[in-house]
Amino acid sequence: MNWTAVKSIYVFEMARFFRTITQSFISPVLSTSLYFVVFGAAIGSRIQEVEGVSYGAFIVPGLIMLSVITQSISNASFGIYFPKFIGTIFELLSAPVNFLEIVMGYVGAAATKALFIGVIILATAFLFVDFEIQHPFAMVGFLVLTCISFALMGFIIGIWAGNFEQLQLVPLLIITPLVFLGGSFYSISMLPPVWQIISHFNPVVYLISGFRWSFFGSADVSIGLSLFAIAGFTTLCMAVIWWIFKTGWRIRQ
Amino acid sequence: MPLIVDVVALRKAYAGGFEALKGVDLQIEEGEILALLGPNGAGKTTLISTVCGITTATSGSVKVGGHDTVKDFRAARSMIGLVPQEINLEPFEKVQNTVKFSRGLFGKSANPALIEKILRQLSLWDKRDSQIRELSGGMKRRVLIAKALSHEPRVLFLDEPTAGVDVELRRDMWEIVAELKRDGVTIILTTHYIEEAEAIADRIGVIAQGEILLVEEKSKLMARMGKKELEVQLSEPILEIPASLASDTLRLKGDGSALIYSYDTKSERTGITKLLADVAAAGLVLRDVVTRQSSLEDIFVDLVHEGDAP
Ligand SMILES: Nc1ncnc2c1ncn2[C@@H]1O[C@H](COP(=O)(O)OP(=O)(O)OP(=O)(O)O)[C@@H](O)[C@H]1O
Ligand SMILES: [Mg+2]
Repeated sequence: MNWTAVKSIYVFEMARFFRTITQSFISPVLSTSLYFVVFGAAIGSRIQEVEGVSYGAFIVPGLIMLSVITQSISNASFGIYFPKFIGTIFELLSAPVNFLEIVMGYVGAAATKALFIGVIILATAFLFVDFEIQHPFAMVGFLVLTCISFALMGFIIGIWAGNFEQLQLVPLLIITPLVFLGGSFYSISMLPPVWQIISHFNPVVYLISGFRWSFFGSADVSIGLSLFAIAGFTTLCMAVIWWIFKTGWRIRQ
Repeated sequence: MPLIVDVVALRKAYAGGFEALKGVDLQIEEGEILALLGPNGAGKTTLISTVCGITTATSGSVKVGGHDTVKDFRAARSMIGLVPQEINLEPFEKVQNTVKFSRGLFGKSANPALIEKILRQLSLWDKRDSQIRELSGGMKRRVLIAKALSHEPRVLFLDEPTAGVDVELRRDMWEIVAELKRDGVTIILTTHYIEEAEAIADRIGVIAQGEILLVEEKSKLMARMGKKELEVQLSEPILEIPASLASDTLRLKGDGSALIYSYDTKSERTGITKLLADVAAAGLVLRDVVTRQSSLEDIFVDLVHEGDAP
């Protein structure tokens, strides 16, 4: 393993993040605050409790997931798309590094940034609502795994994208609906039966459910299934990336 | 000298089916400077990119330092530095960060003293904390060179390093190349400037349409260019060479306006004095005298255009 290379990529990518740190934080913090005001305070005052938790608290895990997933994807996809776009990728391709090292550097940095933002949102949430985290270690575990797996997916999108429109298309058309329909703002059990069944094909449901369990101890699906789903998703992304580097798809002519 | 780069029957067809390399064989010895000359689209960049791992070969093999560039890519690539033709740099990065990044990417531990030396050598030290976008084009090219040197390559590929570079930097570049050569670094550079190849290369290769047409010691090529021509222009055209001047080194120009004498600059006697005396004795009046030397450029143009005629 060329650990020096992994570290170099990671540090280089994080430096980009810290250069624009204020922008990086302001937008997620602002939008989360708005969600709390609109959903938590305005609408939430009419909804008493969901699964024994106040509505304001109930949406916290979903909101964190929403931001963390979008951030992971956009950070990682941009992180690898940018060198491709400006041509600096030649250096990665001609360096003595393998795909695992490149992925660890880029995905690691993208996941770290998303994790930062997740933590900031969690801290913001404490300003608006009262809640406790029942399983803090599981919470951190879920958060980290989510950051990594969606950063992997973002990495694939970044390599696939041929232009900036495509770079934004997948998150907009696929990820946002999946996350919104994944139970961020409601419990799956509140849906009509048909939609409950359909929801089980949405991988995000398992994530949010597992994450919410770590906060409140109750879940839509079993915790084991959640873990299994996220592990499967991560493996799938890794396999795709391995194939990309093996064949040089969209990166090597 | 042992071989350091060994390219065998290398072919590269791009996705559209266009064959940019048509079976290239190229052996480069350790410590030499090889200049690759060739017109636009000859395949110079493709050849370099394939050796460095940026494009994949369709068939054939490349070994660097005895390591196959595909099977044993780590060992092979660790030895290679590349200065690409295009200026590809992150606009918002600082000069020294991007140079340090390159070193790290190649798995080498940080070495601030070396980075400083390289930046000073390339007159970039004062700009080390500037963002790349604040640099001029020539400075950006120097940053690319600094990046390639940062990981102490044994083989350095310079793809048109002096394109768009002023005379002073070109001299600096040649000096850096000479110093690297003293340290035993093998250098392969592409260029459109024939005088550049003449000035710094040990061997010169000519490539056109995906094929290597010639690779030869510069000195041998120069020897081929040793022939010179003297054109004696006459004030009155003549129909044929006077019998008193006849020799196989002298011919009459097509329109009879001049005598053309070819001679070897390296021989003891060029025969010019005698020729001029004989011309005067034959009663011919001179208008002007011109000498011409076939240059590397002529050889190059001849080679490249040999296959052009329909
Ligand atoms: N990515 C690509 N896809 C398809 N064809 C390509 C690609 N890159 C280069 N070519 C073609 O391959 C041929 C060789 O190109 P290459 O860049 O190697 O030439 P070169 O000798 O470096 O030229 P120059 O002196 O202009 O830099 C050209 O005909 C070019 O159009
Ligand atoms: Mg080129």
